Amino acid sequence: MATTLGDAPVAIDIKGLYAAYQRQPVLENINLQFPANKWTAIVGPNGAGKSTLFHVLTGSMKALRGKVQAFGEPISTHRKAGHIAYMAQREAIEWDFPVSVWETVMGGRYGHMRHDPLWRRLLPSRWYDSRHGEAVYNALQSVDMLGLAERPIGALSGGQKKRVLLARTLAQQANILLLDEPLAGVDPPSEQLILDVLAREREAGRTVIMVTHDMPGARRHVDHVVLINRFIRGVGTPEEMLSDGKLAELAVSSTEQSADDMPIDNASVYKAAQG
Amino acid sequence: MAELMMAFGLFGDALIAWLTSALMVVVNLLPDSVSDSFQYAFMQRALLTSVLVGAICGILSCYVVLKRWSLLGDAISHAVLPGVAIAYLLGWPFFIGAFITGALTSVGIGAIERHTRIKSDAAMGLMFTSAFALGIVIISKIASSTHLMHILFGNVLGVQPSALLLTLVASMIALLVVWLAYRPLLLYAFDPLQAQALGFNTSIIHYGLILLLTLTIVASLETVGIILVVAMLITPGATAHLLTDRFKTMMLISVGVGVSSAVIGLWLSVMLDVASGGSIVLVATSWFFMALLFSPKQGVLVRQWRRRSMG
Repeated sequence: MATTLGDAPVAIDIKGLYAAYQRQPVLENINLQFPANKWTAIVGPNGAGKSTLFHVLTGSMKALRGKVQAFGEPISTHRKAGHIAYMAQREAIEWDFPVSVWETVMGGRYGHMRHDPLWRRLLPSRWYDSRHGEAVYNALQSVDMLGLAERPIGALSGGQKKRVLLARTLAQQANILLLDEPLAGVDPPSEQLILDVLAREREAGRTVIMVTHDMPGARRHVDHVVLINRFIRGVGTPEEMLSDGKLAELAVSSTEQSADDMPIDNASVYKAAQG
Repeated sequence: MAELMMAFGLFGDALIAWLTSALMVVVNLLPDSVSDSFQYAFMQRALLTSVLVGAICGILSCYVVLKRWSLLGDAISHAVLPGVAIAYLLGWPFFIGAFITGALTSVGIGAIERHTRIKSDAAMGLMFTSAFALGIVIISKIASSTHLMHILFGNVLGVQPSALLLTLVASMIALLVVWLAYRPLLLYAFDPLQAQALGFNTSIIHYGLILLLTLTIVASLETVGIILVVAMLITPGATAHLLTDRFKTMMLISVGVGVSSAVIGLWLSVMLDVASGGSIVLVATSWFFMALLFSPKQGVLVRQWRRRSMG
């Protein structure tokens, strides 16, 4: 298990990031590197800015200030190339939507399809490039959902919904996987399945970054841990960061002031956002 | 340029003539009591316009229902009124003015929502009522009240060939865009965060869909009018949503409901001598209630029956 980042290449590099939600600062002065080909857990209390961090990385939220790079290039370049896969929380999705499991997972391929020739894109999916179909098939197989491929997504149980979302992320065959609470609200067998799938993805050389509240799971599996509560509160190995003392400290860390009481010039942050 | 416009006009006329004769082949299969009333040219124009409007409203209605844009559709349709009035004042084709004010209002709603603490429903209510009020004020100064009535409630029996051509062009654009951008639109409607993460430009998709909505509303103006067009943008999609769990099937059912409501509503309005816009919308509403009662999965009766047979 890796202990230091010293030698590992960097997948995502965040420098001086500030983000606000409805004019409330959520993330301040985030300087963070996610190691490539490793499994990182982001841990923090509710409202600590973990999902916001993902929203900045996926581009659905603009940072007030700061720079985010992936493999030395602007992260948007990698998004457009389909290299970044994102698994949202279950609540973020409209489960009444009239699509099947197969179609939902195929959604993970839409970024790649954009690079296919136009005449091909105009065809119905069954005459489309079989590459996309194979990726979806394999993804559904690895989460053990092939049997339910034709089911409408509204008819699935909680754990099955999570597995479909994970399959969509896998079908994208991206370098970087961003997973927002992949283990929340699933039964123990589904949890084990998801952890196994993610371990295989890491073995296959992918960078896995997940937000989690599941400490036992994280202690057993991940290589690297980031503690966050509006500021970065700690970065290190699971042994160091997920000790009871460290977690208790994180839980009582107030979001109102920084760890070392760093003064923050909010006015200038908002100016920067407007200008 | 003038020659180009002329060629375009001739092509359009030929296309309309062809579509009309194709429709009449179908109509003539019906009993004489029905088909007799469609022997007049104005009735044929009304029929073709209704079919086109029913079809594109049916398509757009799926997105409106699934994306919870019903109130936005209502807002845009009202906001079209000042555009029509201003275009009339300046001697422009009315759809250009309608398009501009419809789009401006939706941009304005978005701006208020993003930059102030006002929530979206208040922003919409505020913007569309003010645009509508402006339209009423302008029209009261320049045109007769019959003219206003026709814009508000439609006048499908009085559709001019030029308006039919406009509806035809708008329908073809809408169909083409939905076909070309099928996957981005579907993904954006289903899961905008995912679309964003895959690198799609979601603001282009968002405003593209709003422009498409505006185009549909403008094209439907003469048939059902500004006030009732929103019914055609909600009811077909809502009916189809009760009947299927597949997006493509939903679109087909929705188009079916849109077209059949428009045609049956038009015929009933002639037979009973009532307002065409209203009767079209009422037919669509009856489809909805039938689906509500008899849908195999969501239907009220089926659920009752299932409960009884289980208990």
